[in-house]
Amino acid sequence: MITIEDILETNRMITENKLDVRTITMGISLRDCAHPNMRDFCRNVYDKITKSAEFLVKTGEDIEAEYGVPIINKRISVTPVAIVADSCKAESYVPVAETLDRAAKAVGVNFIGGFSALVEKGYTSGDRILIESIPQALASTDLVCASINLASTKAGINMDAVREAGEVIKRTAELTRDRQAIGCAKLVIFANAPQDNPFMAGSFHGVSEPDKVINVGVSGPGVVKHALEDLKGANFTEVAETVKKTAFKITRVGQLVAQEASRRLGVPFGIIDLSLAPTPSVGDSVARILEEMGLEACGAPGTTAALALLNDAVKKGGLMASSHVGGLSGAFIPVSEDEGMIHAVKQGSLSIEKLEAMTCVCSVGLDMIAVSGDVSAATLSGIIADEAAIGVVNNKTTAVRLIPVPNAKVGDTVEFGGLLGYCPVVPVKNQWSSEAFIARGGRIPAPVRSLTN
Amino acid sequence: MKLIVTVVGKDRIGIIASVTKILADNNVNILSINQNILNGFFNMILFAEASESKIQLVDLQRKLREQGESIGVEIKTQHQDIFDVMHKI
Repeated sequence: MITIEDILETNRMITENKLDVRTITMGISLRDCAHPNMRDFCRNVYDKITKSAEFLVKTGEDIEAEYGVPIINKRISVTPVAIVADSCKAESYVPVAETLDRAAKAVGVNFIGGFSALVEKGYTSGDRILIESIPQALASTDLVCASINLASTKAGINMDAVREAGEVIKRTAELTRDRQAIGCAKLVIFANAPQDNPFMAGSFHGVSEPDKVINVGVSGPGVVKHALEDLKGANFTEVAETVKKTAFKITRVGQLVAQEASRRLGVPFGIIDLSLAPTPSVGDSVARILEEMGLEACGAPGTTAALALLNDAVKKGGLMASSHVGGLSGAFIPVSEDEGMIHAVKQGSLSIEKLEAMTCVCSVGLDMIAVSGDVSAATLSGIIADEAAIGVVNNKTTAVRLIPVPNAKVGDTVEFGGLLGYCPVVPVKNQWSSEAFIARGGRIPAPVRSLTN
Repeated sequence: MKLIVTVVGKDRIGIIASVTKILADNNVNILSINQNILNGFFNMILFAEASESKIQLVDLQRKLREQGESIGVEIKTQHQDIFDVMHKI
């Protein structure tokens, strides 16, 4: 029997500690939409998406109301467009992005991901066209998210793609300069990208996924922080145990929502992504959890260890609560989307170098960081190469989502709005050039640890 | 379907009557009620069974919420499953 305390605890988590389900993401395969004619292809894509996701938003809203737990986003991911558009006779895939945007708006979702190319070992002609189309595609659409996977533990790092990615980010920033370079907030550069990640902007529907699938991303940094507030001075064993128990409860809610959404939509359940996803609002921050462990400010020595404990304990607690776990599954450390991270950068305790170290022990990577507009494409590529190396060598996902805001300088604050938040411009050591290093191109070979057979 | 109705707000006469009337009118059976007053604040958690009811949960939620607003209390109606999954293995 459920006790009164249990009911009060659950409702307190929701109302005071901002427990929510961050996203229900429907993955939709576009493999059956391929067509050599661009117009026919786009029509197939539009029809498939609008038919498959017709009831996604309504179902999400019904579940939210019945259980009383907020479901913040309803989203769609599709097969990487570079794969399904490869047979189109076209010089640009911008019309595909515009079709995705229209379809997403027609069904009422927040974002649609999958304007993507997987080029860790090399390019097809479709990959080239897609990557060239990214800046214009992101400038002329509102809801489309793009990603490039340019490295993996098995394949190594495609340094030609690393060079191009820096240039693509700069062009995207330029084309959306009147909107604080918002296009770059919708572009993720990956190493070891997961095929079933429900979180944007890096979500796409992997080629080995079923025709349609429901993936759910949980959240709840505020709940974890609140649980730790009662443990002042307790040792780390107790801290880890408390995080595990809390993560279990959070994930069970995600599992319930995922199963219900799957049943009502008649779409198979894929995975729960066990990620602590922050928002810019007070009380919903990963950085504040790290500080609750005893650090005066996020970024102080000890931050990486604190994050490692948090990340591991969330997984251990969440694993038992869900039948299938996947996606990114780890703490997110975006800067502009986390009130505590924003504060830490502002006061100077957190630097991009410390963030890089932190990406070794959590999911994702250098995420939602505004840098000054004079940071060169080669410097951005250098940062991407470093992150990719961390991912490839440690057999984990890493990603880069940097926003070089034209005309912005260190000391300025850039406002993106909504869940994307705001960010002080973060200093980058760009007085030393990476130009000649990035100009080499070619491939950094896969590390020894890729040979596991 | 089992429901849990939580009511919180400033105490006044007739809160329980107005909540239970809506439940009775919609064929929802009450299983248990836990209620107290703390510093003038009314707290109630009501367990109910709605398997005989024809009303959609979202409509019942709306009716109760609107009733709550009219008498100055917050009324939340939730499917019991969310509490079960979180607190039972």
